[in-house]
Amino acid sequence: MLRYTEYPPKGYRVRMSTYWWTARWAYLKFILREISSVFVAWFILETLLEIHALIGGPAAYADFQGFFQQPIVIVLNVITLFFVLFHAVTWFNLAPKAMAIRLGGKRLPPAAIAGPNYVAWVVVSAVVAWLVLRG
Amino acid sequence: MAEQIALEITRYSPERDKTPTVAAFDVPLRKEWVVLDALNYIKDKIDGSLSFRWSCRMGVCGSCGMMVNGEPKLTCATFLTDYAPGPIRVEPLKNFPVMRDLIVEITDFLGKLSKVKPWIIRKKEMPISEGEYLQTPEQLEAYRQFSMCINCLLCYAACPVYGLDSLFAGPAALALAQRYNLDSRDEGKSERMDILSQHDGIWGCTFVGECTEVCPKHVDPAGAIQQYKLTATQEWVKSLVLPWGGK
Repeated sequence: MLRYTEYPPKGYRVRMSTYWWTARWAYLKFILREISSVFVAWFILETLLEIHALIGGPAAYADFQGFFQQPIVIVLNVITLFFVLFHAVTWFNLAPKAMAIRLGGKRLPPAAIAGPNYVAWVVVSAVVAWLVLRG
Repeated sequence: MAEQIALEITRYSPERDKTPTVAAFDVPLRKEWVVLDALNYIKDKIDGSLSFRWSCRMGVCGSCGMMVNGEPKLTCATFLTDYAPGPIRVEPLKNFPVMRDLIVEITDFLGKLSKVKPWIIRKKEMPISEGEYLQTPEQLEAYRQFSMCINCLLCYAACPVYGLDSLFAGPAALALAQRYNLDSRDEGKSERMDILSQHDGIWGCTFVGECTEVCPKHVDPAGAIQQYKLTATQEWVKSLVLPWGGK
């Protein structure tokens, strides 16, 4: 078998800058997408804390509400909401790339894979909104 | 005198320079000229020592990939007029060691390419007397897109994962492995799986997606890698659930 040399001539190597992700909008978008997972984790933690407070009774729940009514927590949660939406939208838009489903010899168009994801998202959100807001 | 455009070209001589430098050249700005024509003009008329790779001039051989104004491009398909009034910055492909001027060292890629076994593997070869391995147009369509790769390495220059960790197999090698995995004549999927499903294989990819954006042949390496991640996960679940290990 043809083998390439294990020790090729070295050449001049440029080290990648620590700030490589600022070089292109696409790289920055990728980094924001990766960071969004931290905010998703924070949202999950909030939900768990809320359930914990609910189990703890009215006094515990009032404490919980008091904490989340602080302006700084509201600002944090607005940022969190932005990142969670960004996470969801980028995830749904990338799904068609990862799934190559063929029907009748033709590959399904991206909208046919992303579409049902968005529909499911709206339906689940509507059910949750109904549960929370029905009074 | 005809209109001119300036090219700022990276120069590097391993015998003479410690680090690469930039040299500016003025070339005629012609409507039908691509960056590669300008480089050949410089080599023929101004400085014969300028070194760069090229061959076919028509986007097939994959040797003239360079960074043009910071973007990985086939210089034979990048028109000067799109960058007028200039200057145009021409650099060697990113993420590879530079050997001289615009020439990079690609041994690393060639090693990785052969490692993923990009050829048809048969458990038992059929004798020629029994004819060809037949394939329907639908079966061809399943992998055709990934077979368009010309190994130009623009995807490696766009991939920050490869730039940060040169152990990563990289977009083109993984897409070509997937090209053979999806070929109905191939029987080497499980052989390739052992190589591809390692950390330096598909799982090294974080789906930045720029490999697909810069690919001049619309191969979509990012798609190939994510699709293979899905296959590898399914195989892993099968190996956990099924008593015969999903084989």
